[in-house]
Amino acid sequence: MPIKTEPFAINFGPFHPSTHGVFRMRTTLDGEVIIDLEPVFGYLHRGIEKLAEGRTYTQNIPFTDRLDYLASMSNNLAYVLAVEKLAGVPVPERAEYLRVIMAELQRIASHLIAVGSLLNDCGAFMTPILYMIREREKILDLFEMVSGQRLTYNYMRIGGVSQDIPDEFLPALEKFVERMPSYIDEYDRLLAENEILLARLKGVGILSKGQAINISASGPVLRGSGVEWDIRKVDPYSVYDRFEFDIPTGTLGDSYDRYRVRIEEMRQSLRIIEQAMKQLPSGAVKTDVPWLMLPPRGEAYAHIESPKGELGFYIVSDNSAKPYRFHIRAPSLINLTALRDMSVGWKIADLIAIFGSIDICMGEVDR
Amino acid sequence: MSLLDTSPINWATTGTLSPDWPGGYWLHWVVFTIIILVFVLAMVMGFIYIERRFVARIQSRLGPNRAGLFGLLQPVFDAIKVLVKEDIVPAGGDKLVHWWAPVVAFVPALMIFVVIPFQDGALLADLNIGILYVVAVGSVGMVGVFMAGWGSNNKYSVIGAMRAVAQIITYEIPLGLAIISVVLLSGSLSLNEIVNSQNIPFILLQPLGFLIYFVSACAELNRTPFDLLEADSEIVAGYHIEYSGMKFAIFYLAEYIEALAVSAIITALFLSGWRGPLLPPWLWFLIKVVVVFMFIVWVRGTIPRLRVDHAMALSWKFLLPVALLNLFITSIEVILWPLVLPWPIILLNLAIMVVLILLWSRFFKLGGGRVEV
Amino acid sequence: MTIALSGRKIAGKLQEQFPGSIVQSDESSLLVKSEHLLAIATFLKTTPGFDFDYLTSVTAVDYRDYFELVYHLISIEHNHSLVLKVRCHDRENPTVPSVVGVWRGADFQEREIYDLMGIKFEGHPNLKRIVLWEGFQGHPLRKEYKGIYK
Repeated sequence: MPIKTEPFAINFGPFHPSTHGVFRMRTTLDGEVIIDLEPVFGYLHRGIEKLAEGRTYTQNIPFTDRLDYLASMSNNLAYVLAVEKLAGVPVPERAEYLRVIMAELQRIASHLIAVGSLLNDCGAFMTPILYMIREREKILDLFEMVSGQRLTYNYMRIGGVSQDIPDEFLPALEKFVERMPSYIDEYDRLLAENEILLARLKGVGILSKGQAINISASGPVLRGSGVEWDIRKVDPYSVYDRFEFDIPTGTLGDSYDRYRVRIEEMRQSLRIIEQAMKQLPSGAVKTDVPWLMLPPRGEAYAHIESPKGELGFYIVSDNSAKPYRFHIRAPSLINLTALRDMSVGWKIADLIAIFGSIDICMGEVDR
Repeated sequence: MSLLDTSPINWATTGTLSPDWPGGYWLHWVVFTIIILVFVLAMVMGFIYIERRFVARIQSRLGPNRAGLFGLLQPVFDAIKVLVKEDIVPAGGDKLVHWWAPVVAFVPALMIFVVIPFQDGALLADLNIGILYVVAVGSVGMVGVFMAGWGSNNKYSVIGAMRAVAQIITYEIPLGLAIISVVLLSGSLSLNEIVNSQNIPFILLQPLGFLIYFVSACAELNRTPFDLLEADSEIVAGYHIEYSGMKFAIFYLAEYIEALAVSAIITALFLSGWRGPLLPPWLWFLIKVVVVFMFIVWVRGTIPRLRVDHAMALSWKFLLPVALLNLFITSIEVILWPLVLPWPIILLNLAIMVVLILLWSRFFKLGGGRVEV
Repeated sequence: MTIALSGRKIAGKLQEQFPGSIVQSDESSLLVKSEHLLAIATFLKTTPGFDFDYLTSVTAVDYRDYFELVYHLISIEHNHSLVLKVRCHDRENPTVPSVVGVWRGADFQEREIYDLMGIKFEGHPNLKRIVLWEGFQGHPLRKEYKGIYK
């Protein structure tokens, strides 16, 4: 005789240890099994898109820091690329290389947090994330050298970067690039053959290739599903076409694939940084742009491969000092569309792991 | 000199409790109750400190090191902080159940220590069903956990409580079977007798039994990888989510007391209790307890959490059959070669353990588990 | 490199299929009538040679006289892109068909546009406010919206 049970609704969040910010998942559960889920957000909505319409193009750069606060450099980069595209500002070689180095360092830092917090969500009591924060600290030290900040860097400028790197930066970066692969191997040893972790992640939360494309997933979520789509390769911006690197992809599209893709991407980022360091030219780091920019009437959409996925800025100019429309294509928000499909039918614990494997940042989801 | 040695009663050499015990039954009872309370509370403080520092070392950080020398006073300050906190009872909760839950969880944990031998014959009551008593009393604490989950009027806590009950039922069985194989070897249920019969630690004679007991005990303790009922990343804090102040502290204490009890029982069952060369027996006991606890902490700092159905599967599909086989093999050994030199048996048992685990892990695989809805 | 397809060329092809659907086309974008949007979206997604299976972003711009919705389409297979635009002249009750049925990636983005710009999407399965709370008055991204400070 089947047991008669009643589904019940439960809210995960907005204040929950595993929601990476203020995010709410309104779930309907049948015992431990999730039968329905609706993501609810907006708790961190600051109206950046509206605020940006009231400020000049340069003043908006710090706003982009506050989007995905774990990857401020990438946000800066996407925004300045869009404005440069709009206004046709050339960028010096050296600045392009510096941008690439910063963006790739930022990718490593963001993936460290992503992987660490995924494992934390799987119940590994703080150990993996603290190991990864240890290495992230070193990246933050590097960023502090160039920008003086540790979280919101405000480093990129329209037409270059705010300042050249100090003398001690390159040796420190070299040391980091030398050591980091062994740390990544350490994480792999710690986790890749852990039976419990494999059971928790493998085959869980499968997002098929077709689904991933249809919901416009991007970044590791898309690549985990086996789509070889990386903006750095398919639509190279900055100087990414000058570097050799691979696009790691998954096969099945489960949480484990997304986790593996992130680990592999860190290795590829190190490769890019290594090449960029070798090719780094000397020269100016910033084009002179008018203090008050007046880009011509028009619109521009620039996208980059941020750690979370495709980060795009759509900017409309009406030839005034302020953007007429400032739209952010936030990868975290769009990747969240997949959450329901992936987690229905799994258990509470899997929901948390799947959610962690998408890797969102609430600053970007709500904006 | 220790507290135990300087006590007015020279019970250390007396052996088990006998009717002509100096001071009589009641004095013995009072003295040992006080000793147990002091010992348990002091050890729990120590355990909290050890856990925080040791986990910190595992995680490459320092841990509490400001309060007192090396942060030794940290548990004291923790206790003070928790004591002065406001006591909150949820408005929709069942107040009576909510109030009694910590008591019901706390008392059985403390009662386990009645039968734990700190030294030869140094225990409150040398029950001849000692280990059975431990198993029986140890599970009662789960009633308190369920009461807490139910009385809080919170869905997270109910989920936690349900998980707790499922888990305790599941893991009681391999735990009991592992104990029985030890009892077969020692021929007694009294913990004191079990320790006395261990000329070689039973961990060598019963390696598989030890592993099964250790895993099941971790599950009973609700520690990682089996901390399903308080899984902070899933159901926030599980059953004690609505508790604060002193009531929360009592749950917290009960958890550590259980950890202490399990460490002590593992010490008594498998690590030959207080026995050891050179050092005084009570010191051996303490050392072994702390080592076992540190091992539990190590596991906690390393391994992620099992999912709820994986945890059930692990017990029913892996531990239970292997424990049954182990019991069967042990029985045969006890009947066939009761007086054979232990060393061949030790090697044989080690080999059996390796073979059984490797063999069974081929049949058993964690993972999957999607439900069509 | 992603090739940005010329809107003018595609307009020619669409003109045969859906006569009278194209309002205007230039090198970078293609402006279609909103009543044909759904048919054109399906056509662009399913026709071999176009295969626009990936909707990068949807957004809306308030040009005071009208709202313009901008769809950035990409084909993963051919690696080319297209900017599709739709205009909505009704300010009181702006409505455009929803493309969620074609690209599910539009789900949250259309809800966001509805929330902040006040454009209704016909056929959206769950059209409600996404970042602001229910009962919020007005739509902040509209140009006439003056925030609580003004």
